[in-house]
Amino acid sequence: MTTALVHIDLTADGAPADSTAALLGAAAALGEPVAVVAVAPGTDTSTLASALGRLGAARVVVAEATEVGSVIATPQVSALAAAIDREQPSVVLLAHSIESRDVAGRLAVRVGGALAWDAVDVAADGDRVVATHSLFGGAYATTSMVEGGLPIITVRQGSIDARAAAVASPAVEMLSVEVTGAVATVESSTPVRPSGRPELRTAKVVVAGGRGLGSPERFALVEQLADALGGAVGASRAAVDAGYIAPAAQVGQTGTTVAPDLYIALGISGAIQHKAGMQTAKTIVAINTDASAPIFEVADFGIVGDVFQVVPQLLSALESRR
Amino acid sequence: MRIIVLIKHVPDTWEERVLDPTTGRLDRSASERVVDEITERALEAALALKDRDKSIEVVALTMGPGESSGAIKKALSMGADAGIHLVDDALAGADAMTTSATLAAALRDAGADLIIAGNESTDGRGGVIPAMIAEHLGLPALTFVSELAIDGDRVRGERATETATSIVSAPLPAIVSITEGMPEPRFPSFKGIMGAKKKPVASHSLADLEPALAGSRQGASSIVLTCEQRPGRTGAEPIVDEGDAGTQLAAFLAQQRLV
Repeated sequence: MTTALVHIDLTADGAPADSTAALLGAAAALGEPVAVVAVAPGTDTSTLASALGRLGAARVVVAEATEVGSVIATPQVSALAAAIDREQPSVVLLAHSIESRDVAGRLAVRVGGALAWDAVDVAADGDRVVATHSLFGGAYATTSMVEGGLPIITVRQGSIDARAAAVASPAVEMLSVEVTGAVATVESSTPVRPSGRPELRTAKVVVAGGRGLGSPERFALVEQLADALGGAVGASRAAVDAGYIAPAAQVGQTGTTVAPDLYIALGISGAIQHKAGMQTAKTIVAINTDASAPIFEVADFGIVGDVFQVVPQLLSALESRR
Repeated sequence: MRIIVLIKHVPDTWEERVLDPTTGRLDRSASERVVDEITERALEAALALKDRDKSIEVVALTMGPGESSGAIKKALSMGADAGIHLVDDALAGADAMTTSATLAAALRDAGADLIIAGNESTDGRGGVIPAMIAEHLGLPALTFVSELAIDGDRVRGERATETATSIVSAPLPAIVSITEGMPEPRFPSFKGIMGAKKKPVASHSLADLEPALAGSRQGASSIVLTCEQRPGRTGAEPIVDEGDAGTQLAAFLAQQRLV
């Protein structure tokens, strides 16, 4: 059986990132899923290994480097390069996260592989790996494969539902790696505080607000509905530019691409760039005062009306259904 | 100090963008080409540094077909001092491996103290090219930064990932990719537009990039197997709120088992 290496992003407190389960799930369909994780020397690897086993890692390669946490990307690249040398995998999977994209790009150059990015699915086709991509906001689907070297594939977060069976106590192999040359240093770091809400790119429900909310104070209505539905908060670029909410909430061409079960657009006109980030949602609801707003072209349930009338009524109707 | 800014011509995101179904490549005739806004912001970042230190030379570098010279022209009219255009028919449909190897070769030839790029283009959306160039050139990379300053022989910035916001720095020479958190690009002035015509633009084919290209040759490549246009989404006719739309919406969500 071939080996499918999975690079593990870690959270600020050293646990496998949310993307891990889907990566191991995808890897299990391609070969023996082997997790590769770079840690600072002295890290408690047994807790980490059992967490990775629960998510489906058959084995865990732990690479120790003193630079982990203080240097951007290159310790992880050295870890993966060493693991590739040892495991001779048929594919390497990484999250299409900001951290992992740097790792994937550098790794492809270092090991003479080739990169396929932002895959929404991966599948084995004989002895090759085919990646599926969703382009221009879902207007096109393409498939790609790598020729002449190792496929290194970044996977869009929240796009793969497959999960690997849990492994009780995966074997742990330790490596020690070195980082050479000039490095990008992390001087100080503040972890993103958990909001208590699901993460935008993987949430099943997203409630997003636009310019139509009118002010940062009034944007609270979006958060209220998101909380009532257990969803994440999103925003149009116009709402971000107007300062109603932090840029991390931006959905669209230049923000996060989301594909939740339910997307509710409040006071969003639906510029083509916004639609590019959300039009593959399973169900789209839109509320806007302007009947000609382009968001209605993609909405399964559209309401021409005032969000400040409709949403409070929706909230109380939801409340009475509980 | 020389700063090279990577700029890119992309299809306008205000229009429908079209792929050629047989090759999976962009149909360049189908939509208007514009300079990708994020790369204009990258140029703005370089020009802002030059505003404070006139000795800085800013060079705009692009790879693309003949018409991409328009992107260089725009950069020169905004205030870049010179342009480099990599143009070769063999680069059509180049994957990330070829693109990064070619850009790295041109950068190796031109020599830069600082390279500034956008974090990801609006058409490719890979966000991987700056890191790949960094690996080719053995440079540190500060990617996805929303603030940027030169501090002696280091470049420093603020970088927000999915999990943390960090202050990051690297010794020069280095490559930086910037996010939309950076200031908006300036408009070309009349003087800038007139002056652009006199500024030098070098045009290089792949043959011109030898032997620098040999230093970044790649064995593997990514190829497109299939390309399919997905059916467009059609919305339902919206209802007009007559005082009970919120209740109707709650019923719809319940019926769809979404609540």
